[in-house]
Amino acid sequence: MTQLLQDKDRIFTNLYGHHDWTLEGAKERGSWNGTKEILEMGRGWIIDQMKASGLRGRGGAGFPTGLKWSFMPREVGNRPHYLVVNADESEPGTCKDREIMRHDPQHLIEGCLIASFAMQAHKCYIYLRGEYVLERERMEAAVKQAYEAKLIGPDNIHGWDFDVYIHHGAGAYICGEETALLESLEGKKGQPRMKPPFPAGAGLYGCPTTVNNVESIAVAPTILRRGADWFASFGRPNNTGTKVFSISGHVNAPCNVEEVMSIPLKTLIETHCGGVRGGWDNLKAVIPGGSSVPLLPKEICDDVLMDFDALREHRSGLGTAAVIVMDKSTDVVKAIARISYFYKHESCGQCTPCREGTGWMWRVLERMARGEADTSEIDDLLDVAGQVEGHTICALGDAAAWPVQGLIRHFRHEIEERIANYRAGKPVFVSAAAE
Amino acid sequence: MSVRRLAAEQPQSFAFSAESEEKVQFWLKKYPEDRAASAVIPLLWLAQKQEGWVSEPAIRLIGERLGMPYIRVYEVATFYTMFNLTPVGEHLIQVCGTTPCWLRGADDLKAVCEKRIGKKGRENLSADGKFSWEEVECLGACANAPMVQIANKAGDYYYEDLTAEGLEKILDDLQAGKEIKQGPISGRHASEPTQSTVETLKDPSLYDGSRAKPITLPNSEPAKAEG
Repeated sequence: MTQLLQDKDRIFTNLYGHHDWTLEGAKERGSWNGTKEILEMGRGWIIDQMKASGLRGRGGAGFPTGLKWSFMPREVGNRPHYLVVNADESEPGTCKDREIMRHDPQHLIEGCLIASFAMQAHKCYIYLRGEYVLERERMEAAVKQAYEAKLIGPDNIHGWDFDVYIHHGAGAYICGEETALLESLEGKKGQPRMKPPFPAGAGLYGCPTTVNNVESIAVAPTILRRGADWFASFGRPNNTGTKVFSISGHVNAPCNVEEVMSIPLKTLIETHCGGVRGGWDNLKAVIPGGSSVPLLPKEICDDVLMDFDALREHRSGLGTAAVIVMDKSTDVVKAIARISYFYKHESCGQCTPCREGTGWMWRVLERMARGEADTSEIDDLLDVAGQVEGHTICALGDAAAWPVQGLIRHFRHEIEERIANYRAGKPVFVSAAAE
Repeated sequence: MSVRRLAAEQPQSFAFSAESEEKVQFWLKKYPEDRAASAVIPLLWLAQKQEGWVSEPAIRLIGERLGMPYIRVYEVATFYTMFNLTPVGEHLIQVCGTTPCWLRGADDLKAVCEKRIGKKGRENLSADGKFSWEEVECLGACANAPMVQIANKAGDYYYEDLTAEGLEKILDDLQAGKEIKQGPISGRHASEPTQSTVETLKDPSLYDGSRAKPITLPNSEPAKAEG
């Protein structure tokens, strides 16, 4: 039996906005408590603690946060250092950073100061997706409050001159890719850069830069206040900590919830979401980590754990921990076709395999959903997905290929059945709703 | 990718209003002086909020203000899909159609828009000229699906946990000139669980100020390290 996360160990104590989001309310809940002492412990201590906590980036890739911070140059040369926070939350299924920014913004701002201090940055930009207008207004207000209280800004009480600026995009999923985000922040269209150089060497304005997800930064102050070992006590080794899960789709009550890492998927859904619509046995498949990761059929969902390693063993991924649930009424081919449309729409057009491949995969999948295809095209589709995967500058190509590969891996029989039905003049897809 | 072009009919000129100009100054202060181009998206957005869309003269003016070649601003305006390159309805209904919303009934919302407003496409105005609608990609409110974002003079806010009837009601209210309340229409506050078998964020000790009392940092021995 899994030990669920208890209230006393939740980091985001105002995740649902039932309490005061302003600085005063946040301080009452423990934000900015001991921040000066944390900085006084020094950069090395902060980075060591972050490493020891086992925190892996919460934006999807799961790169260890403390290690990422340590990649910044040890000495500041003639180029200033920057922290850039990726708040371009756009991965379908993912809606956690939004709640952090509109309800617990001081966690993020405090985290920005600590992370910037650890990387010797005096300036930080928080890049919000353009659609998050309410969240941006909230962040601007929260930053203003922190300035007025002299928690940040020049000559602040923490002794590290520090400016935070809120920036926004204008509707482009690709800007969640860190180098596209930097391009966008520099006033260009968001097309990913070739790496190397990595941002830690040449990032924003050609200066050493670290780009971190909102949640990764926002959990840092509490980790340092309560101890790396406290954070590391949740979840399995290499998959530690607490995590905000976003659960959407066919559950009785979709929600965001902070839980322990490595929680069984079934426990997560049954404890917090009222279960799958029509009961667990009505489950068809789950996309466990945002639209980019391959879906899992029910047999795997029965006992899979929600962490990086467990999901990777099943050839999927934790991604952003955005759980998209599909019950038996779901036209799963159509569901993945819609995801393929998303990637076609969001491809930046820079790399040919992605620009052409995303549209091609979408068109074929739409036909397959209607059964208007040849069974040999299933292998053609796999072949094209394989040619897109790994052959582009950024991971959008991979992200477009993986859901398609997952669909064929687990539901090839359904596509074949549709093609056969179409040829036999039978209804191609009949919903198996459990109502 | 989507193909986006400037409107065939363009106004003669564009200028920021006094109110917008104040905001332009606010944005320009955020970036190093020699990096004014960073403000291009915020300035295009301000132009759009002022006029309802981004016109060619606005693109030219913003290029001049930021010391950017016209073509570079044009490139940005056509790349980012939130910029309206043509006039749109006074209320632009943006229905999220990506899989998480689709699973929970986005098609029903699209049907309402089609019936009430007409053909999809932000440039296609309703008969009374007040509305237009389009399908957009994931808006990042998936635990409150299905949902729409409505852009109008009042702002750009989210309307969540929708049903076909709920959206009809919102459109009725907008048509009647009434104010509408943003957020979930289901009575939920945000994205909290409503059928949890355990209590979440109910422990009073989280909110009684005990977390604000002085603390000793764990792992802070041995003596403080070099800064």
